[in-house]
Amino acid sequence: MQLLQIHEPGETPQPHEDDASLAVGIDLGTTNSVVAVSNGGETEVLRDENGLALVPSVVAYAPDGSAIVGELARRLLLDRPEVVVSSVKRLMGRGVEDIKGLGGILPYEVEARKEGASGMVRLLVAGHSLSPVEISSEILKALKARAEDHLGRPVTRAVVTVPAYFDDAARTATKDAARIAGLEVLRLVNEPTAAALAYGLDESAEGVYAVYDLGGGTFDISLLRMEKGVFQVLATGGDSALGGDDFDHAVAEHFLAERRDGLGTETLTTSEVKLALTSARLAKECLSRQDAGEWAMEIDDKQTLHRLQRSRLEELIAPLVERTIRVCRSVLDDAGIDATDVNGVVLVGGSTRVPLVRRRVAELFGREPLADINPDEVVAVGAALQAEALTVGSDTLLLDVTPLSLGIETMGGLVEKIIPRNTPIPVARAQEFTTYQDGQSAMAIHVLQGERELADQCRSLARFELHGIPPMTAGAGRIRVSFAVDADGLLTVSASEQVTGVEQQVAVKPSYGLSEDEMAEMLYDSMENAADDMQRRILTEARVDARRVLGAVASALAADGDLLEAGESTSIAEAMAIVERSIAGDDRDAIIAAVEALEKATLGFAERRMDRGIRSALRGHDLRDFEEAAPAVTDSDP
Amino acid sequence: MQQQQEFRAEAGAIAGHLGTCWSCKGPADESAVLCPTCGAVQPPGQLDHFARLGLNVGFDVDSAALDRHYFDCQRLLHPDRFATRTPRERALSQSQAVSINQAYETLKDPLKRADYLVHLKGSGVLHEGCNLVNDQDLLTESLELREALADAETPAEVEALARRAAADVQGCIRALSEIFAKDDLEEACRLTTRLKYLRKLVDECRLRRGRMTGGE
Repeated sequence: MQLLQIHEPGETPQPHEDDASLAVGIDLGTTNSVVAVSNGGETEVLRDENGLALVPSVVAYAPDGSAIVGELARRLLLDRPEVVVSSVKRLMGRGVEDIKGLGGILPYEVEARKEGASGMVRLLVAGHSLSPVEISSEILKALKARAEDHLGRPVTRAVVTVPAYFDDAARTATKDAARIAGLEVLRLVNEPTAAALAYGLDESAEGVYAVYDLGGGTFDISLLRMEKGVFQVLATGGDSALGGDDFDHAVAEHFLAERRDGLGTETLTTSEVKLALTSARLAKECLSRQDAGEWAMEIDDKQTLHRLQRSRLEELIAPLVERTIRVCRSVLDDAGIDATDVNGVVLVGGSTRVPLVRRRVAELFGREPLADINPDEVVAVGAALQAEALTVGSDTLLLDVTPLSLGIETMGGLVEKIIPRNTPIPVARAQEFTTYQDGQSAMAIHVLQGERELADQCRSLARFELHGIPPMTAGAGRIRVSFAVDADGLLTVSASEQVTGVEQQVAVKPSYGLSEDEMAEMLYDSMENAADDMQRRILTEARVDARRVLGAVASALAADGDLLEAGESTSIAEAMAIVERSIAGDDRDAIIAAVEALEKATLGFAERRMDRGIRSALRGHDLRDFEEAAPAVTDSDP
Repeated sequence: MQQQQEFRAEAGAIAGHLGTCWSCKGPADESAVLCPTCGAVQPPGQLDHFARLGLNVGFDVDSAALDRHYFDCQRLLHPDRFATRTPRERALSQSQAVSINQAYETLKDPLKRADYLVHLKGSGVLHEGCNLVNDQDLLTESLELREALADAETPAEVEALARRAAADVQGCIRALSEIFAKDDLEEACRLTTRLKYLRKLVDECRLRRGRMTGGE
């Protein structure tokens, strides 16, 4: 920003003015998704013609593979359940093994894993084999289309929110889904942090806040310190497989058990399970407002009636709610904060409408929780604010942490933690390991995420091998393993042998992510204009860099213009003008060539600046230091 | 030409780590986070954690001041400030933010701070000192406390031990403050080791109590 003020008015455009599309904020939820946009701090949640902000995260597939997203797809859930997928977020970054435990809960047809395919689970829907990433990308495309309709221009950049407790695989899967939908993810922001941002700016809150976020399929609790525009996450915890869906499941089980009592045992199809879950959801939602009700379920032309009291519902879901309360307690413990020291509690997520949830949260923290901002929309509002902050600039600062510890497997299947949970990100840490066999030429590195002590109880993120270690006696070879987590919470691991410097680096992706081939294929399939998109992106990048160079040269001229030699001023000005013209055009190669020419034109000038810098820094130094270097000074400065 | 560059590097070193800004190619002190001329973000230089956050070297750190300096540094250098900049600037801001976080994490915690300070002041001499149990009194104290914890049968007993350990932690931190003021590194090292043991005990009390009360 500062750089630009050096230019003459109108000489250089604001960065991105031409490439600018507004960046939007997207809450990609388990049950519903929301898109919002912020302009000058005014945030608007984008609604459909009926005023509805929520886009059900439900995708229906036609026989030709085309997708319908949202309310229409949700209505098909009852009539044509076999072509509809809901709650796909629960499968993001999951492998086939992971979801076996969820088999009862998730009404999906899971495809058996094919030899050689990546570990990511695939679903069979309407005769198509689809990955959760592809299905999520359909939801994102629908949100992108809604935003473009509203704004009347292309939308290519977004801040997308993820549960704070999402692991690396799920975060990567989310980012991939956005890419397939044609959205560049400016930042993945944790949902509770986004909610805090929405609250913090509205109420200029100060102190320690707890954000309790219970969605359709995920639970997060974050403790943040808010002060003067800083949102510092102190600790976070959660359960990425616990949400309102599980409440529905508990109620559906209850209904089906009642049915069995009346009608005897039935074998249910996936579709019938979906039907039972839908009735259960209606019952749950209704009992948030009234004390009792009756619901009818018709399967195989046999109707049963189910009467349910709120108190009975609460008995059914109490164990699930208590699980969230236990997580809250351990997060408070992690942060070293007493529940009574919390200045406010914010409720996020549709499932916090359940009265039992509100009651238990209020009891734990000893205060009534805040829910002034619609709990369904607050995350998208925060995401939109952050999108604006990233593109336009802002004084607010989000400082987030790693939700889960990261480490590698060591001898005996134990886990050595390299980055503990609740470490502020971005973070980089390294640890050295020694070879354990004489002449060992390779070392297997198994990257893990989780809190347990045994490797097979943690989440496996990636495995790779460092090869080419020269023969040494056991213990002599030193392998340095470095972990780096960026501001999106994504991990990169590298390993190098310290004696010879053999190095290998992996962006952690393999275990449950998409392979590069799968990704390339999807990009090809799903974006008619994938090539255009890529062209546009590299052109934008060249422009951004060209503007940086223009700014740098202008600053140097302003500071050290007296060092210019005769004629140099003109040649630099000409080279700058050529760069400016090239930026206005669409030829990336021309921009790069013009930048190179400008750097060449300023070479002598830059050297004189360095010499002057050195001379002024040397002033006042010990004479002997100076004399040692002195002959060279005269040489280089005729 | 090459000779000139070598000279510049050498003279730069004599002149107090003067480097070249990667963006405008002008002079920039290696400890500068932003180029004084063009404002471009620079790679994080070799700074001790105190200098990085603009604090005086010492064990006594005012936590409010630490937070304030930390926030100021991150406001300037956090990757969110560079989201639409060139890949190189984004990478540099990430390295800067990593270094700032590391400094903050180290200085915020009295144990990590003490450990770091002993190494910073004692350079290589004491490198193993704080990790070796060569102090009989310390060993005896730690073993006794551990036995007491193993024998504790009720949450109240564990709670009492936890309170005692927490009080000892506070006492140890006060003692560290006095010892560092006197620059007695050997004693500082001994106290740091003691603090490590006491902290572990507090953690174990917490785990034990958790198991007793049926939490996770």
